[in-house]
Amino acid sequence: MSVLIHADPAEPTPANVPGARLGLRRFTRNRFAVAGLVVIVFLILFCFLGPVIYPTDQIHTALTQVNLAPSAAHLLGTDAVGRDELGRLMYGGKTSLIVGLAAGLLATLIGTLWGAAAGYAGGWVDAVMMRIVDAGIAIPALFILLVVSAITTPGVPGLVLILGLVSWLVPSRLVRAETLTLKNRDYVLTLRAIGGTHSRAITRHILPNAVSTIVVAATFQVADAILLVAYVSYLGLGVQPPQTDWGGMLSAGLTAAYSGRWWLILPPGLAVILVVCAFNAVGDGLRDAFAVRGRS
Amino acid sequence: MTDTESVLDINALGVTFTTETGDVPAVRDVSLHVRPGETVALVGESGSGKSTVALAAMGLLPENARATGRVSVLGTDIVAASERELRTLRGRTMSMVFQEPATALDPLMRVGDQIAEVLRNHLQIAAEEAAREAVELLRRVGIPDPEQRATAYPFQLSGGQRQRVVIAMAVANRPDLLVADEPTTALDVTVQAEILDLLRDLVAESGTAVLLVTHNMGVVADIADRVAVMLQGEIVETGPVEEVLLRPRHAYTKRLLEAVPRLDAAVDSPDAETAPATSTPVIELRDVSVVFGRGRRAVRALDGVSLTVAPGETVGVIGESGSGKSTAARVALGLVPPATGQVALFGTDPARIRGRARRALRSGVGVVLQDPVASLDARMTVAQCVAEPLRVHRRGMSAQERRDLVAEYLERVRLPRALASRSPRELSGGQRQRVSLARALVLAPRLLVADEPTSALDVSVQRSVLAVIAELQQEFGFGCLFVSHDLAVVQDVAHRVVVLHAGRVEEQGSTTAALLHPTSEYTQRLVAAVPLPDPVAQRERRALRSAQ
Repeated sequence: MSVLIHADPAEPTPANVPGARLGLRRFTRNRFAVAGLVVIVFLILFCFLGPVIYPTDQIHTALTQVNLAPSAAHLLGTDAVGRDELGRLMYGGKTSLIVGLAAGLLATLIGTLWGAAAGYAGGWVDAVMMRIVDAGIAIPALFILLVVSAITTPGVPGLVLILGLVSWLVPSRLVRAETLTLKNRDYVLTLRAIGGTHSRAITRHILPNAVSTIVVAATFQVADAILLVAYVSYLGLGVQPPQTDWGGMLSAGLTAAYSGRWWLILPPGLAVILVVCAFNAVGDGLRDAFAVRGRS
Repeated sequence: MTDTESVLDINALGVTFTTETGDVPAVRDVSLHVRPGETVALVGESGSGKSTVALAAMGLLPENARATGRVSVLGTDIVAASERELRTLRGRTMSMVFQEPATALDPLMRVGDQIAEVLRNHLQIAAEEAAREAVELLRRVGIPDPEQRATAYPFQLSGGQRQRVVIAMAVANRPDLLVADEPTTALDVTVQAEILDLLRDLVAESGTAVLLVTHNMGVVADIADRVAVMLQGEIVETGPVEEVLLRPRHAYTKRLLEAVPRLDAAVDSPDAETAPATSTPVIELRDVSVVFGRGRRAVRALDGVSLTVAPGETVGVIGESGSGKSTAARVALGLVPPATGQVALFGTDPARIRGRARRALRSGVGVVLQDPVASLDARMTVAQCVAEPLRVHRRGMSAQERRDLVAEYLERVRLPRALASRSPRELSGGQRQRVSLARALVLAPRLLVADEPTSALDVSVQRSVLAVIAELQQEFGFGCLFVSHDLAVVQDVAHRVVVLHAGRVEEQGSTTAALLHPTSEYTQRLVAAVPLPDPVAQRERRALRSAQ
């Protein structure tokens, strides 16, 4: 080749815009996501620091002051066995948040590994793995939960494990779909052509690029898990008294629904709705924040 | 120039985009006019603003764009017009042909119905009449058997036929202005030649004014009457096509034209005789066939293909889309297993060894693929991308050694060391391809497989990337399998060429022989279809072609 080589004078060094700052800017532009984050932080502080500021006895019953309406002494009144309802909201919220977060993350972890393995392997391995997922989705999660709860009474770790094991199916499908497109990207093909290992392709290229899908799936899974705990406890099969969670409180307050004792129903109900909406909003914001954009 | 003489009159047009990183001016003070029956080509490299001008002419600027100045089509100001006014103009007074025929058509609608819809949007005519007219239009754009083809869905047509349908839709209402944005860029050269002939005939017949946006100087020479050259949002030179292409005045136009690879005898190709041909080939494909799919849907992507690359030699693989040229590269890379036939990489068949030994064999291979965006993982830094082969094959290397080597290779491909910590998405296409090249060469490979390494790049950038490859080949002596659809580029870099057609080797030989004196009928057709960036020579060539 007989052309003179010259470096390109026309191509300047690009300005360095840190990806993290750009992501933060995109997240904060989504007002719902910011509001969701505020709500989540508030509820975590409320449940974990609240009892320090507003200590109440959640172990012993106080039969002299049952079903009291909200007053200065009990800001949200008391329940059918005389426990302070505001304190109970904090106490139950701890369980709901811990179980929801842990179960949601466990489900995402299992789903990610399963989906990435199936999508990357392809062929009959993929077919078998995904038929297992299909079969799992065909059985309602609530049904499995009810059966398990009827056989044993799980504690918090048991509940996390069971919820995690029934809800990893959807994230596994999402991650598999993402993996299918990512494994044919030129940089993965290049790595394979020069003799790179499969594990490197998955851990260095596929999973980091699927991170937005995974993180968004995780937030939705957490919201779902909090709802599931509430379902199970509402049916009286979740954590056992004196422990409780927001679903259990709803269940306990149900008898009071027609006798005007709103303070036993509204607070835990609103708390569940708030936290689920908040996690969904944060998931939306994270999806924007993690998007890879070119220069154009 | 007054409005009455021009169909399209653009005066001091400015366009600014609002993005999340601030305002970006895309077009500044552009003035341009197109008269009836005239074809004006707007040329420039990516990011020059040429497509933005075309969109502004159609009133199709995206929502984050702000336009100033005046754009008028037959006296109507497009910038100030309401969406309602624009709707009555579009499809009737002015219409547009986009680059990608695959996405310009509704996949769920028969092509005849799509053309009829355009007609009925603007004319009060009965459905049967519109259908008849649609068939007539298909005949006019040269679709064989139009009655039957009108009932086909877009996926049943080839890319060239789809673009003909798009053109039929665009000219259905005999518009005064046709805006064509890279109308032949997604097509093979032989199809491109047909589409350009079609456009020329339609314009001559109807007196339509055409604004053609393109980066291809050959296309300009073939079809344009006047040319406007854009650089960074401004028109730097404008004039009749012979003037601008043969006697450019502006330094940028000169540079642009100089960088265009030309397919003609004047270029001295690398000489086949000087290339060593006796030692063990770095890659050898013997009678390789590849079949995708099974049963009736099986497609034979390669059919008995044999080729070799000797050390220090560049072998160009050329062919049109679907010819199997990328499949051949993928067989060489071990990404696609051959159904029959043998592959020998550095004298060893990779299929016979397993695991670590096979991976070690592959450490002698470097890869550069076509897409500058997809070739680099956007979540890594440039340094991590280049260091990846070292992490795979030189496990014992210290972080400091690795950093030094990465910096050395970045310099070899003429990238500043400072780019090492950047993300690939901050780089331009040419810079990204050079990062890919640094990654391909960092293990000092014996074989470089380059699949269309420059076809997504602007010509001036293409030239510098090709120059870097050639220079490093001199230094390292690797063999190179160079896949491209661009004959002029292959002529520039290859010692020998292999011409593929429908999965078979059509012709094979030294570059000069195969491209200047092709023996097979297919290669002759291929070479003849490449438009020359010289309007006078191209006119002669066209006359010769139509005489045949």
